[in-house]
Amino acid sequence: MKTIQISTTVNGDALETLCAPDETLLDVLRNRLGLTGVKEGCGTGDCGACSVTLDGRLVCSCLVLGVEADGAHIGTVEGLADHDHLHPLQRHFIDGAALQCGICTPGILVAAKALLDRNPDPSESEIRYWLAGNLCRCTGYDKIIKAVQSAAAEMRSA
Amino acid sequence: MAFDQNSKRIFKVVGSRPPRPDGVEKVTGRALYGADMTAPGMLSGAILRSPHAHARIVSIDTSAAEALQGVKAVVTSADFGVPDDEFLRDVQDNCMARGKVLYHGHALGAVAATSAAVAKQALALIVVDYEILPHVTDVDAAMRPDAPVVQEGRSLENVGPGLSQNVTSYCEFGHGDLDAGFDQADLIISRSFKTAATHQGYIEPHACLASLSADGRGDLWCCTQGQFFVRTLCAGILGIEASQLRVTASEIGGGFGGKTTVFIEPVALTLARKSGRPVKIVMSREEVFKATGPTVSSSMDIKIGMTREGRITAAQAQLRYQGGAFPCGTVEMGAQAAFAAYDLAAVQTQGWNVLTNRPKEAAYRAPGAPMAIYAVESVVDELCQQLALDPLAVRLMNAAQKGTLSSYGPTFDDIGLRATLEAAQAHPHYSAPLRPNQGRGLSCGFWFNFGGNTCVSLNINTDGTVGITEGNPDIGGSRASISLMAAEELGIPYDKVRTIVADTSSLGYNDVTDGSRVTFSVGLATIEAARSAIKVMCGRAARIWGIEEDAVIWEDGCAKPAGPNAGAFPPMSLAEIAAVSANTGGPIAGHFEVNADGAGVSFGVHLADVEVDPETGATKVLRYTVFQDAGKAVHPDYVEGQMQGGAVQGIGWALNEEYIYGADGRLQNAGFLDYRTPVASDLPNIDTVILEIPNPGHPYGVRGVGETPIVPPLAALSNAVSRAIGVRLNELPMSPPKVLGAIMQRG
Amino acid sequence: MRYERPQTATQAAQLLANEPGLARILAGGTDVLVQMKAGMVTPDLVVDIKKIAQIGNIQSEEGGYRIGAAVSGAQLGEHAGVCAQWPGVVEAAQLIGSTQVQGRATMVGNLCNGSPAADSVPALVAANAVARITGPNGTRDCPVADIPAGPGRTTLTKGELITSVFLPARPQGAADAYLRFTPRTEMDIAVASAAVSLTLDAQGRCCEARVVLGAVAPRVVLVAEAAAALIGTHLEPPALDAMVAACRAACAPIDDKRGTVAFRTQVAGVLAKRAAVIAQTRAGAKS
Repeated sequence: MKTIQISTTVNGDALETLCAPDETLLDVLRNRLGLTGVKEGCGTGDCGACSVTLDGRLVCSCLVLGVEADGAHIGTVEGLADHDHLHPLQRHFIDGAALQCGICTPGILVAAKALLDRNPDPSESEIRYWLAGNLCRCTGYDKIIKAVQSAAAEMRSA
Repeated sequence: MAFDQNSKRIFKVVGSRPPRPDGVEKVTGRALYGADMTAPGMLSGAILRSPHAHARIVSIDTSAAEALQGVKAVVTSADFGVPDDEFLRDVQDNCMARGKVLYHGHALGAVAATSAAVAKQALALIVVDYEILPHVTDVDAAMRPDAPVVQEGRSLENVGPGLSQNVTSYCEFGHGDLDAGFDQADLIISRSFKTAATHQGYIEPHACLASLSADGRGDLWCCTQGQFFVRTLCAGILGIEASQLRVTASEIGGGFGGKTTVFIEPVALTLARKSGRPVKIVMSREEVFKATGPTVSSSMDIKIGMTREGRITAAQAQLRYQGGAFPCGTVEMGAQAAFAAYDLAAVQTQGWNVLTNRPKEAAYRAPGAPMAIYAVESVVDELCQQLALDPLAVRLMNAAQKGTLSSYGPTFDDIGLRATLEAAQAHPHYSAPLRPNQGRGLSCGFWFNFGGNTCVSLNINTDGTVGITEGNPDIGGSRASISLMAAEELGIPYDKVRTIVADTSSLGYNDVTDGSRVTFSVGLATIEAARSAIKVMCGRAARIWGIEEDAVIWEDGCAKPAGPNAGAFPPMSLAEIAAVSANTGGPIAGHFEVNADGAGVSFGVHLADVEVDPETGATKVLRYTVFQDAGKAVHPDYVEGQMQGGAVQGIGWALNEEYIYGADGRLQNAGFLDYRTPVASDLPNIDTVILEIPNPGHPYGVRGVGETPIVPPLAALSNAVSRAIGVRLNELPMSPPKVLGAIMQRG
Repeated sequence: MRYERPQTATQAAQLLANEPGLARILAGGTDVLVQMKAGMVTPDLVVDIKKIAQIGNIQSEEGGYRIGAAVSGAQLGEHAGVCAQWPGVVEAAQLIGSTQVQGRATMVGNLCNGSPAADSVPALVAANAVARITGPNGTRDCPVADIPAGPGRTTLTKGELITSVFLPARPQGAADAYLRFTPRTEMDIAVASAAVSLTLDAQGRCCEARVVLGAVAPRVVLVAEAAAALIGTHLEPPALDAMVAACRAACAPIDDKRGTVAFRTQVAGVLAKRAAVIAQTRAGAKS
């Protein structure tokens, strides 16, 4: 299968890479661009561990072809912190013990940021439904929901 | 290791909630999990799996796969030896079928190729001739004498006559005169129950990276709950010495018991040996469901007698667990746990382990206990309903306590069941009003808790910081807890301690992270390692001061003269002693090795409120509260995290999670779409109440907390649903078609 | 596998028509990529239609809306006009998958995937939506109801692609609603579903209705008898009971891992009743 060259912007960095036409964006990010913070839990869009933003829209990178990223802007967990300055969501996840094993955390952070970018003051129910596509098996979601709420509160008062 | 009785101890850092040491790595995506490691020259491995539930492998032709450009190795069972040890042979045969495939998804070949795409292509070129055999996936069907036999000759002598050879072992526990006990009962209820197999559902699929060079030296990177056990298994299967195989545990993306054995690791090592190149294997989600280790499914009969006042007079359980295609001992756990919460004069449990054409079960959080306790707690609830008794009061009346001869043999020491029940009784949740179609259920839960082989090194760095090397992968925040206990004992701040999980070449043997053993055993070993380092530091201070070693004490992170008679010296801090260690005898370290016992059993009580839609049978969990004895909660956030996570896994088990097999013996729902783990919008907040009844077997009173919380949700929800709809359900999961069917039958 | 990204629908149709092997259209990709991952399909050609002009847009047309084939569920939900006019269609489209899937999945993809359990299809059929199709021989319009041919199959011929669906204008007092049953609140496939579109006259009497069921037969089912039971009534209990009975009589489901015949039949009636009441309430609020 002939590879195709793509130019994409990931976390603000202009990058070029080759990819096979049937390769997913998830595989391109992980295997070709070294962004292993993007996790694969299922490869079928059922767990959300591979969540990224594609031109500002939250998507599962396992359900996007790498070639579709040509000319697009991608956001991953690696782009959340500003150098060593963590995003409020990242801080509240640590402080609120909202992660245990941490494998779902990158996807949940990206998804939660996409929510707060649109809705700075979501209700608990809105958070739960927005994050329904992000499976977590360690926490029972309780502390995740609370960490999103507390991060949102801090961001609103900032 | 006894509880520090003298210490009416005021803890300084234990019990606080500092940030976890792996937090930043995990929120920035830098933490490295099983699939995140690469090596130069690495090949992609892929595994061929059986499309049949049960078949003889007549032949495997790998020639076309081997001839494919980019394929560097193809292996089948012919590339493995046949271990003498039966257990090891089973592990190997589960990783690579020999002679027969025993379940849908059973591995029977593997390739290593220059890319994942080529490896996948090569798998399609392997030609297998199967002779399809009759199969059995249901536990009751598998026990019948005419059932298809999964494996010949695996039945132990203690299995009675008249059963299929699929029944591999039998066990029995209990005491007292059952007949006399049932005679005293005013009401006896007998019920039969079934529970479906469930999967741990960790989000990270199994992954490993193996290299094995021509001189027999190997390195293995993998996501596992126990790198030392992986080494034991892989070295045994590969026929290499333990010292030559270094196993490093990656960060682990969930395990819950499912990553306590090997599935792909020996295959990757064999491919690496054959190809001479590092080989990485990453399971797909479908492979995880088909070919790792779900729980047992069960069929159970329970009989309990009760007086009009609520006293249980006798109790009996018969438990039949299928654990897949290889023998297991899970029913023993269920048989011992079933009645642990009760102080009983007459009790008997019997258990049978059964083979079926399903993947071999693996541990899943309190393995064997949830289903047995579900059945028992359902019957206790029904007795309470029929006798119009308060279910909490009845449990308090019958609760096991210190001095109770447990149903499985030991006499309990200090346990927290009564305190936990009282906390639930006093909680506003228990008396909150309910509306129509709503119901409240409760259940007790229990787990034994494990100790086991543990080894810890604690190094005092010359800048006054401390490094701890331990050997158990951190699945729930244990590095934070271990650092807290070291800081507590040494009298230094938490952030001066860093705990790392060692590879198998850097530390002595540690048992697998399982049975809620780590915070207890590694914590205990850490405290003792700190005490041994303190002894050295006191010696160094004595030397500096020119006084006797036993005239120095350790207090608030400093060596101090024991009293006025010892001399007037200003205290020397850990940092001050460490800074001059080169001049006082060299580096300072403490270590401790133990096969720990005294883990201290764990009890919990859950309250669940549900609302059932009477027209669709859908169950919504409205409110949920977990009460559990943690002994001493070292890091309360992560104790709560265990309670909440376990409860939600149990809620999934109760409502929607199940392995669904077709008539063809094939698994029908090998994915997260149709294997329905709870999602965020399915759940309310999970409230938690931590009780602290010190474990007499730990210096700080710590008990394991991880297993117990998955146990009560099954019965708590079943009791809640049954009370909401006014009819009893005796089967899990309580999926909507079953609930609606029960409602419609009720009329 | 080749990947093509044509600029026009005609080019796309030609690519599809000329491909001797297996061709697949890519819009949101949330079905086709899953099928590729599972090895169910191995396309020789993937035609990404998202660069075609207007295919990602929602346009007003004759008082209704034309929804481009590449419009995602999320986009649809952000369109105030469609949400006000066709709330049932929007809620159906928004039930497809997670937030992440909503960022990509399209109603046309949902339709062309051919699943009897597709969420948006009953709502589109209830809405009398019309698909616009471009093929090698030009463009044609076809009611959405006539697109599904059975599980995994459509009536589209080789080289044809749907470029948009048209949701017609609504009179005063008209509204729709969609409900599905799933064991989980999200991340699930409909075990049974129902869409109801109705119009109330000035007296609040139902003068027009379409009742459509999903996941209870090989194709979406338009239940004329159910609609007839509502027309001329105020949706009083006897009318609703008659509609429920008509719905259940129209069910021809299968037993599978997601549900039983009895459960699907029973619940389809419940959902239709509830959807009708929601539609009635919405219509009442608008009239």
